[in-house]
Amino acid sequence: MLDLTLLPDGGMGWLDGSGEDADIVLSTRIRLARNVEGFAFTGRSREGERLRVLQQVRDAMPQVPSLQGGVVLRVDELAPSDRQLLHERHLVSKELAGLEQAQPLRGGAAVVLGEGVGVMVNEEDHLRLQALRGGLQVGPTLAAVDRLDRELGARLPYAWHDDFGFLTACPTNTGTGMRASVLIHLPGLRLTRELEKVLASLQTMGLTHRGLYGEGSDVIGNFVQISNQNTLGRSEEELSDHLLRVVRHVIQREREARRVLWRDATHILEDKLWRSYGTLRFARSLTFEEAMSHLSNVRLAVGLNLITGLSVYTLNKLLIFCQSAHLAYAEGRALTESEADVARARYVRQALEADADPVA
Amino acid sequence: MLCEVCREREASVHVTQMQEGDVALRHLCPACAAERGIETTVTTPPKNVLGEFLQAAQQQLASTPAETTRCTYCGMTLRDFRATGRLGCSRCYATFEGSLRDLLRRVQGSAKHVGRRYVPPAADVLERATTIGELRDRLRRAIANEEFEVAATLRDQIRDVE
Repeated sequence: MLDLTLLPDGGMGWLDGSGEDADIVLSTRIRLARNVEGFAFTGRSREGERLRVLQQVRDAMPQVPSLQGGVVLRVDELAPSDRQLLHERHLVSKELAGLEQAQPLRGGAAVVLGEGVGVMVNEEDHLRLQALRGGLQVGPTLAAVDRLDRELGARLPYAWHDDFGFLTACPTNTGTGMRASVLIHLPGLRLTRELEKVLASLQTMGLTHRGLYGEGSDVIGNFVQISNQNTLGRSEEELSDHLLRVVRHVIQREREARRVLWRDATHILEDKLWRSYGTLRFARSLTFEEAMSHLSNVRLAVGLNLITGLSVYTLNKLLIFCQSAHLAYAEGRALTESEADVARARYVRQALEADADPVA
Repeated sequence: MLCEVCREREASVHVTQMQEGDVALRHLCPACAAERGIETTVTTPPKNVLGEFLQAAQQQLASTPAETTRCTYCGMTLRDFRATGRLGCSRCYATFEGSLRDLLRRVQGSAKHVGRRYVPPAADVLERATTIGELRDRLRRAIANEEFEVAATLRDQIRDVE
C-alpha cells in the first residue's frame, strides 16, 4: 500500500485554512500544460516514449529547486485503491489515475510531488505543472508554478511556437497553457437561489465552473471550482487577475446572501445548521453525499459564527478523509459501501469531538 | 432512510420547511422532491467546452481539401484530429497551421500568444538530454513515414553519438 507519509506535507499543506477568505475559498490551484519537444504528445505516443519523457523529468529534478525533497510516484504501478487515494487528495487527475472509462491507465503515468507544487507526467500533455495553496492566493500560487516552470523549462526543451505560445495536445490549452482555478463554497447563494444566476454570468466573463472533482463533475456540498476558460491572447497575469477580481465579487455576493439569510430567516437557518451539526456529531452511518451536504451546512454555521470552536482546518480535513479510498486506507482494508458509511460516521464523530465542543 | 412520501426509495433530499409556523424537516427521494418542486441539485449541466470546440473544428475543417495531409512527424491527419480533438505532436501545429490559426481565433478568440515568452535551453544542456533512444524513435517514425532522407540523417547522428 502507498505510504502517504512519504509525501512532502502529505500533499495537503493547502488544507491549513490559512489563506485569504479561507472560510469561503478552500484552495487556489494553477496548472500549466507543457510538452517536451521531440516526442509525440501523450495520446499518440508509445509507452517507450512516455518512459523517456519521465526519465527526462527525473534527470532534470536535481537542478529544479522547486522539486527538492519531492518524490516521484509511478502512478501506472500503483494499485487502483492507491490511485483513487491520490485522486481524492486532488494530487492527480482522474485521467492520470486511469479512473476514467474512456481513458485506461497509461504506461509511464507518474506524478512528482514537491511542497505545494507537483508535476503530472504523461497526462493529456507530457507535463501538467501545478501549484496549490489554501484560501484565495492567486498571486503566490502563480508565482510558485511560474518558478517551477522556469526551472524545469531551463532543463527540458518545451514544445513552443512563436505565435501560438506553448503547444498542447488540445488547442483549448494552447498559448499560456494555464488554468487557474479557485475552489469556493457557496451555500448562501444556493439557499437564496442565486447560485445558478451567478454561475451563468461567469460564462459571459470568460470564466467557467465545474464541481469538486473537475471537468464534468457535479456540484457536491455547494463547492464550485471557478477557472479561466481561454488560455490564448492574454497573459498569465491578465488571466489570473481577471479570475481574482471576479472571485472577489462572487465572495461579496456570497457574504451578502448570508447576511440576508441570517436577517430574514434566523430561526430556520439556525435550526437547519444545528440539525446538520447534530447529525454529523451523532450519526452512526453516513453516505458521502449526506456527509458533504451536512458538512456544507456546518461550514456555513462556522462562517456565521453560529458554531465556534470548530476550525476551518478540521472541516477541510473532513472533506478529504470522508472519501471512500481514504476511509479504506485508515481502516487498512477494502470496505463495502455500508462499512464505509459506518467508518465515515465514526471518523466524522471523532473529528468533531476532538475540536472544542461548541455545545458545551 | 426511506422517503417519507413514497416509502420506497432512499431519502437523499433533506429539506427544512415552515409549516403553519412550525419548522419541519422532510426527508424525500429525489423523485418525490422534484414532484413537489423542491430543487435538489444545480441543474445547469457543465458547459460542454470540448463538444462545442469539436463542432467548431468540424465546421472549420470540413471545407479543407487537404483532409489527408499527414503530419510528417506523428502521421496525424485532420480527420484524426476531428475524431479526437487532440493534436498528435508539436509539429502538427506547423503542418496544419492555417486551419489551426482559424480554429484558435474562433475557439480562443485569438491566435496570438501574448503571455510569457520561452527560450529553449542552450544546446549543450539539450545535447545531454537527447538520448540515443530518442534518435532511434525519430528514425522509426521517419521510416514508417517513408522519409528516407530524414532517416539517413538520423542514422548518421546515431552512429556519431555511439
